[in-house]
Amino acid sequence: MSSASQTQRWPSEGVTRIPYWAYSDPALYRREQERIFERGWNYVALAAEIPREGDFKRSFVGEKSVVVTRDRRGAFHAFENRCAHRGVQFCRAPLGNSRKFTCPYHQWVYDLAGNLKGVPFERGVKGHGGMPAEFDKGQHGLRKLAVVERHGVIFASYQLDVEPLEVYLGPVMLEYFDRVFDGRALRVLGYSRQRTPANWKLMFENIKDPYHASLLHVFLVSFGLFRADQPSAVKMDPSGRHACLISRKGEQVQSEATRDMRNLRTDLELEDPRLLDPVREFPGDATVVMQTLWPNLIIQQQSNTLAMRQLVPLGPEAFRLDWTFFGYADDDDEMTRRRLRQANLMGPSGFVSCDDSEAMKMSQEGIRAAPDALGVVEMGGRETHDEDHMVTEVALRAFYRYYREVMDL
Amino acid sequence: MSGAVSASLLLRLEVQDHFERYADTLDRGDFEAWPEFFSEACLYQVIPRENWDRGLPLAAIRCESRGMLRDRVTAIRSTMMYEPRYLRHLVSGVRVSGSGDETGALAARANYGVFETLVDEPTHILQTGYYEAELVRHGAALLFRRLSCVFDSVVVPNSLVYPI
Repeated sequence: MSSASQTQRWPSEGVTRIPYWAYSDPALYRREQERIFERGWNYVALAAEIPREGDFKRSFVGEKSVVVTRDRRGAFHAFENRCAHRGVQFCRAPLGNSRKFTCPYHQWVYDLAGNLKGVPFERGVKGHGGMPAEFDKGQHGLRKLAVVERHGVIFASYQLDVEPLEVYLGPVMLEYFDRVFDGRALRVLGYSRQRTPANWKLMFENIKDPYHASLLHVFLVSFGLFRADQPSAVKMDPSGRHACLISRKGEQVQSEATRDMRNLRTDLELEDPRLLDPVREFPGDATVVMQTLWPNLIIQQQSNTLAMRQLVPLGPEAFRLDWTFFGYADDDDEMTRRRLRQANLMGPSGFVSCDDSEAMKMSQEGIRAAPDALGVVEMGGRETHDEDHMVTEVALRAFYRYYREVMDL
Repeated sequence: MSGAVSASLLLRLEVQDHFERYADTLDRGDFEAWPEFFSEACLYQVIPRENWDRGLPLAAIRCESRGMLRDRVTAIRSTMMYEPRYLRHLVSGVRVSGSGDETGALAARANYGVFETLVDEPTHILQTGYYEAELVRHGAALLFRRLSCVFDSVVVPNSLVYPI
């Protein structure tokens, strides 16, 4: 198999340029599966989705399907959804409860930890057939992943010696993670799924790019939910792989700072203001924190709408985004309704997110036809350090600094 | 034909007509007229079947009043960015269950399929699903008091811009 680095060289300008072949090259995509998704901690589930013993969730790590379970002692497990016999993806239900998993093809049976427990006709039938005498079921379990849970969020890793989650996230990212996941029990409000015809990195970049948010998103800008003139910050972990965009709600007024925001509509008014009726629920001034955790998770806190957005790459030119909207188990009915109304901003029909899914499709269509052209990422300079404003693409540069290291590009 | 049978047939035709005019209004892109199919206090939601079947309340689109429907129209017209498209609804299998409770509400169901056509792509299926509706009489007209669009196609092909 040809390696992208043999034929393709990252431009000499470094992280201020992104070559467009990085969004469409099939060989590069295969390497990303191995070097990115099969290492490190991938988000796979919320504990609230599998609250009882025997509960399971069908999830994804990279493009591979995995099953996340809770066993009789309450411990979580994750294993690849691929029968050790002939490769059948045996678990088809998104969520369920079971004492064991049976592959439908030849009915090999696995327990909740992914251990092989039964092989039909293992000793043959009337002296015929059967597995060889030395066949050891202990050697033929499902491929297991390391699992960790923190405050109700479950991560899995193909890399069995992966560093502890707290080290993987680093202190700054951990602080923002714990801001939403403070140990309170969560309540799942529902799912939203969309398939976007664009490379998965465009999704990650989108949530690391506060520059576009002040311009593209008329709804956000006009109602002051996220705008370049507000006190804001971009924070990262030392590696640059994770990031947070942090901001604070502003007023619906024109000022010197909003001059370039042609999309700021001061005349825009909601007929039913309950659609946007945010209440403060987290400590500190920030009213929006969008966190990207390498390699597959976006944690969304915009006002009172909270969601995990799980990235599932589907080849070099498509990805699925699985949204799990949630609140807290102790939310009252009014708070739940508020979260459900504000969810109108997000997802495939979101007043905000729809702009992004459309923009990403349009990006991919422009990029596909010009693999040797380069994207320019110089807003806010050429550096890769934290910033206390959002007129910057710094988190994209930091992301690609780390990406190039991991991918050896 | 007995009087009772023809009354129920007439009612079904009336409900069917309401659905067909509703779908035609959307397909013509006359979104300003869309909220007029609903009562002032209403619930309109486009909800994935996986949520509906599990009793999870999250919807892709949720409007709790005519005002919120109009806010959705304002977003479609002047704040959201999306590429041009046509939608085409097919509504079938209209069923009316019960002639109404003490408030005069009717319960109705219908299947739908919605095709979407983008600029340089072949037409694709945006959604298949069913409408679950509660209708009330307002003068001579029927209005949706609740309309849930429950979609089987839970993975949305990128964006869901226009109402279903």
